[in-house]
Amino acid sequence: MACSTDSRFVHKIWHEEELSKMVPGGIPFPMLSDGGGKIGQVYGVYDQDAGVDIRGRFLIDPDGVIQAMEVVTPPVGRNVSEMIRQTKAFQHVRKTGEVTPSGWQPGKPTLKPGPDLAGKVWKVWKPDMAF
Amino acid sequence: MAEAKDGCVTPAKGPILKPEGQPSTPSQAYKEEPKMIAQVGKPAPDFEASAFFEGGFKSIKLSDYKGKWVILCFFPGAFTFV
Repeated sequence: MACSTDSRFVHKIWHEEELSKMVPGGIPFPMLSDGGGKIGQVYGVYDQDAGVDIRGRFLIDPDGVIQAMEVVTPPVGRNVSEMIRQTKAFQHVRKTGEVTPSGWQPGKPTLKPGPDLAGKVWKVWKPDMAF
Repeated sequence: MAEAKDGCVTPAKGPILKPEGQPSTPSQAYKEEPKMIAQVGKPAPDFEASAFFEGGFKSIKLSDYKGKWVILCFFPGAFTFV
């Protein structure tokens, strides 16, 4: 879901005038109105000087726990591929109990934490796997 | 989707935080300056907000999405370029 300090009417018109022309069929998730920025304040993304919620992204698991967050100032857009990668990684961790090393992509090797692995990660993971 | 009764202003309930030792209800929504409490590994602060969704207006509550993965994206405003 998406959230800004705009009213729901603004969301509707932005959707009609622009977003629906970028995304065939329209935006498939709710666009929330955070007038006054109170939700943004609780999530640490409300800019009091500008009066808006800046770009913050939170990945919340099925138990309602925040697993990842990223907050950037307005002029730089997000990397959606990284958001999807993180989501797949957290889903894998939740399902298997394994952990995913830096740069992990679905299908790539995971790690099984334990005494045998301590000090031996260098054998199974190389720095070029981070990219 | 709610029809007909929509007005100019719908009070957003906003963050729903539990006062000490009391159950949380929307009427106890935070009335003062909220402080940042979002942290990784901790429960996502619940909230309720009016929203545009599937062509109409409806109220969305985060805790209604329990059992699903949720990506919550804040953005500075409609028509902000990037």
